Amino acid sequence: MQGLNVNNISMEYQVPKGDSVEALKNVSFDIKAGEFLTILGPSGCGKTTLLDILAGFLEPTGGEASFNNQPINGPSPQRGMVFQQGALFEWMTVEKNVGFGPRMAGKPADEIAKKTQHWLDVVGLSDFGTKAVYELSGGMQQRVALARCLANDPDLILMDEPLGALDALTREKMQGLLLKLWKETGKTIILITHSVEEALMLGERLFVMAPRPGRIEKQYHLPFAAQGVTGNSREIKAQSDFIEIREEVLAMIWGMEEEIMGSKGEI
Amino acid sequence: MSNFINKLWGSKSKASKTVTFGDSSFVNAPGGRIWTFISIATLILLWVLSSIFEWVKPIYWPPIQDVWSQFLVISSEGFRNSTLLEHVAASVGRVLAGFLLGCLIGIPLGFALALSKTMNRIFDPIVEFLRPMPPLALIPLVILWLGIGESAKIFLLFLASVWILALAARSGAMSTNLSKVHAAYTLNASKRQILFHVILPNALPEIFTGMRVAIGVCWGTVVAAELVAAESGLGMMVMVASKFLSTDIVVLGVILISLIAYVIDIFMRYLERRFVPWRGKAKH
Repeated sequence: MQGLNVNNISMEYQVPKGDSVEALKNVSFDIKAGEFLTILGPSGCGKTTLLDILAGFLEPTGGEASFNNQPINGPSPQRGMVFQQGALFEWMTVEKNVGFGPRMAGKPADEIAKKTQHWLDVVGLSDFGTKAVYELSGGMQQRVALARCLANDPDLILMDEPLGALDALTREKMQGLLLKLWKETGKTIILITHSVEEALMLGERLFVMAPRPGRIEKQYHLPFAAQGVTGNSREIKAQSDFIEIREEVLAMIWGMEEEIMGSKGEI
Repeated sequence: MSNFINKLWGSKSKASKTVTFGDSSFVNAPGGRIWTFISIATLILLWVLSSIFEWVKPIYWPPIQDVWSQFLVISSEGFRNSTLLEHVAASVGRVLAGFLLGCLIGIPLGFALALSKTMNRIFDPIVEFLRPMPPLALIPLVILWLGIGESAKIFLLFLASVWILALAARSGAMSTNLSKVHAAYTLNASKRQILFHVILPNALPEIFTGMRVAIGVCWGTVVAAELVAAESGLGMMVMVASKFLSTDIVVLGVILISLIAYVIDIFMRYLERRFVPWRGKAKH
């Protein structure tokens, strides 16, 4: 099966005093090639752990995951990752960052230059190739991170709150860019976010995860990403069906957060 | 002219910051060197005045003209069969040799401590045990092992620098943001490529700080190293002169050592700006 297959994954952490925490318990799902999945959940629900397992940075204590029929047991250029921040190489210019993947793979220089230019064009940074990354704003840095990931041509892109550190306006624009990139490249994308609106807007599918043990509490199939590719995202976010689901998901997450706070209060 | 004065005083830009205490961006900023000039000029003036009015006995602190005339004499006639330039060259050569050896061993050692668990467990106690050991205390042993030739002196300087460099490299490598390493792995990089394209550049700022400290310590140790039967060198010159209470030569030697160390430090700062331009600019 092309795409991602996650089969009964569990992740248990040992903590001092002999206790263990179940960051993930029996998580299973499939994603078709080209799907856009978003994941929401309160802190501690294991969503970052899940992403790290899919990237191959962590090995689950139970179950297995495979991508395009190959078991995941380490990082692979097939599965790219975009981090919240801090993952750009500040000792390299913008274009060196973008060309990093092809350069490490030993591709010829003209091919690297072509790819770099192409992806810088796509994310709207063609004039910034020779700048240092620390000279760019947060939003531009994330666009560099996207271009760097895409220049390496992964089939699956994992995003760990890629827009989390951006201001509201930039964030909204970047959501549009993500939808555009998804449409144009046909990549499979999994995106973690704390913003319910963002999760609804971008995901064809949405997982709401719950903590203790970390699991998928509820799954939605959503029409908004498809609409957003062509339509106006502000209008979509103002639609009544969007608002309805938004409030439902918000209430669910608030409930979980309160439960966490409550149990902490008891201690 | 007004431009020049502004440069000297450090012009106040129009967008003046109201909070300056705690903001160290001035350290590497140009301008305001007038204060440097004043502070040096004041020190020299005090020395000249004390020489003229004989405030201090020459045996405690020599008059400036004595030091100057020793400088001229030793430059032309030499001291103990070597000219001043030969003394300088001998010390600079030893310091650089010891320092470079220290880099060659210390930096890879620091990386090994930070990057390999086994290496860390094996070498960490050894490094921590040897680190506080003063090179001076080892002089008798070093003479037994290596004799009284150049290698003994260079080895002492190596000992003075190697642990500083190892710790700097270790701390630099440890400060690598894991996201960067993860990103590199998903971008096709091999372990070797991650070492040279991610971990090494990431550690460079701290390595440079370590290098500046180490080379300073090496200059501080060169006097001791040249206790080992040296025939030339600024340290040897100072030691011999102090035995004869020739404070003018002692002061001349000490000033030269400090001056050379300062020039080298300026050069290191230049290299740092050239090779680590992102220092302090990364946001995370």
